[in-house]
Amino acid sequence: MPKLYTGAEILFKCLEEQKVNHIFGYPGGAVLPIYDELKNHSSIKHILVRHEQGAGHAAEGYARSSGKPGVVLVTSGPGATNVVTALTDAYMDSVPLVCISGQVPTHLIGTDAFQECDTTGITRPCTKHNWLVKDIKDLQKIMYEAFEVATTGRPGPVLVDIPKDIQFAKTKYVSLKKEKKIEIKNKNRFNQKDIDQLIELMNKASKPIFYTGGGVVNSGPKASELLRELVALTGFPITSTLQGLGSYPGDDNQFLGMLGMHGTYEANNAMHDCDLLINIGARFDDRITGKIDEFSPKSKKVHIDIDPSSINKIIKVDLAIVGDVTDVIKSTTKTLKKKNLNLEKSNKQKISKWWQQIQKWRTKQSLNFVNSDTIIKPQHAVQRLYELTKKQDTFITTEVGQHQMWAAQHYKFNKPNRWMTSGGLGTMGYGLPAAIGVQVANPTKLVVDIAGEASILMTMQEISTAIQYNLPIKIFILNNQYMGMVRQWQELLHEKNYSESYSEALPDFVKLAEAYGCVGIRAEHPDELDEKIEEMINVDKPVIFDCHVDQAENCFPMIPSGKPHNQMLLGPKDQEENKITGKGKALV
Amino acid sequence: MPKSKSAYSTPTKVSKLETHIIVVWVDNEASVLSRVVGLFSGRGYNIESLAVAEVDQKNNLSRITIVTTGTPEVIEQIVLQLKKLVPVHKVGNFKREDKNVIFKEMALFKVVGNSAKINKALNACKKFNPVILDQTKKSAVIQITALRREIDKMAKNLKSHGLISVSRTGAVAMTRGAEIFN
Repeated sequence: MPKLYTGAEILFKCLEEQKVNHIFGYPGGAVLPIYDELKNHSSIKHILVRHEQGAGHAAEGYARSSGKPGVVLVTSGPGATNVVTALTDAYMDSVPLVCISGQVPTHLIGTDAFQECDTTGITRPCTKHNWLVKDIKDLQKIMYEAFEVATTGRPGPVLVDIPKDIQFAKTKYVSLKKEKKIEIKNKNRFNQKDIDQLIELMNKASKPIFYTGGGVVNSGPKASELLRELVALTGFPITSTLQGLGSYPGDDNQFLGMLGMHGTYEANNAMHDCDLLINIGARFDDRITGKIDEFSPKSKKVHIDIDPSSINKIIKVDLAIVGDVTDVIKSTTKTLKKKNLNLEKSNKQKISKWWQQIQKWRTKQSLNFVNSDTIIKPQHAVQRLYELTKKQDTFITTEVGQHQMWAAQHYKFNKPNRWMTSGGLGTMGYGLPAAIGVQVANPTKLVVDIAGEASILMTMQEISTAIQYNLPIKIFILNNQYMGMVRQWQELLHEKNYSESYSEALPDFVKLAEAYGCVGIRAEHPDELDEKIEEMINVDKPVIFDCHVDQAENCFPMIPSGKPHNQMLLGPKDQEENKITGKGKALV
Repeated sequence: MPKSKSAYSTPTKVSKLETHIIVVWVDNEASVLSRVVGLFSGRGYNIESLAVAEVDQKNNLSRITIVTTGTPEVIEQIVLQLKKLVPVHKVGNFKREDKNVIFKEMALFKVVGNSAKINKALNACKKFNPVILDQTKKSAVIQITALRREIDKMAKNLKSHGLISVSRTGAVAMTRGAEIFN
């Protein structure tokens, strides 16, 4: 008779088989058998969060900075509903998560039992797939499938709901390793013909541009290396989405900066005027395209994506290449070399005019701002943070709002997996728990959450987690006492009616830091900024840095609503020169 | 045009609507229908009719037939999104006008009246293979198989012949000829 294992034991065996080292979770009635089993598995460390949403975001930060799936463990009912925001966030930004939730015992399902909710029903639209384990014999296979679904194709979150009686029930366990791999849904579908077509388009183009996204990061570090090689080989300009930052060096001359609503003038104009647009692992998000009808009107469009449903969803493309970014770029580069097409040289003349045009756009210096001697400008604060941390391998997370855009604009990333931000869902409160996950995965690295004071209060409680596990994350709050992005839109779109966007009664963040047992630092004057940032970096403890910044600062450049890429609103300097008044203002 | 106060773009011109029949082969497991239907409701797609039943007991496969209306772009998205669902094996997509595909719906009509009235009703249904499933002195249940608009029409016409209750299925579809869809 083979040894029988409980559901809880099998769960851990599966996690061990998947080489899981960390779980982010919160205990409760319906997962107690699993928590009881935790002590017997020393290779798996549990990080106790303060709220299940924090567990989800921490697992996201962990996954995005390490390339491994994040694992979350929550109880039934409120435990599961609290993690929904994080699951949705992970779904939108294609982050591999495996969420395990407890459920009331099978015989009580459907009776409105204590802490019961229809977890698989609630999470169906925000996961790639989910399972309710109804039979202990299915558990092992489901766990295997769960990791498979979460990490293959376009990654994303999955959820496994395990009733309490299943956690106690016993069955056999046989290692699945040797068994044939379960069929993977997303196979590489592209062929050499697609690549040849792409190269032909590249060869013909006189105004080409690469537009890269999170797919490059998700494809693994190799994709970024290959991308750099391809960009060098072609001599084409490259721009990146918010999620793609870091896959190409932010300080390289061929890089035009981020594109989209708050992207650079040169990136957006190049997207508008180009004759060949090569989208690598991005999804034509509405923050990127602006007005669809006038999006890049003169270009041939190529879309490289692992998810076939991303193709032609928003923008009709001329050539679709469905496949993993690494494989597609590898084939492209290989073919380029084989055909001995050194586009950088042969095309130089053809695209040199294009580069001249780009240089002209660059002279606008669209990220410029009017600095001050008396008050800290938020952009200046991010720039100083960058200058003072760029020598070390720094990981940046953010919350959502103006500070997020300023971080994206002014912090230059050189490596993938160093930038964790909530792009698709735009979840305020993402950054702090994400920073915890990043620090868990990268214990010796500097992890900074560039935050806003409104966002940070949404998941503030997680600083307690950071302290419990000695995770020296730095919370760098650009404190303008407003929900800055809301305030900015109200200024531009709603006649300065700042309805409910001012936070009265903010806490004293330095005292709050002390209350939690970490270090609080406040900077109020530009003169003291550098010194205080240095102090923050040098403390080996979690730090809450309360950086008081200009309350009225707006995030520019900006594509106003309903406008195409070539009609950007630039910063105050440019506005003064061009005096946008009357009619022009109404168009914002 | 009034000035836009939204940070989202305004809807742009839409292409012509088409009616399609989408056939989905799925694992017959708990909540699979809800995954398919949830995909439609969640993404704002339209379901005109729906028919589901297990077609392969050995392999535990169900066949879902959905009639939907949308722009060609939306129809393409529906197919691609369906293919991403884990329990979905394959997806067929046919235009309603497609001559190579047979579409049928079934309807049950309950007609109340004397035998003359019932015979009249039966006669009216003649074109659509009427079968009497139940008959009493005062009533009959008639089954017909036809296209949707034909059933619509019959349901209207039979009103004067004592029709008191209609029950009907969603459309099911199959390609003509020896080939099967793969």
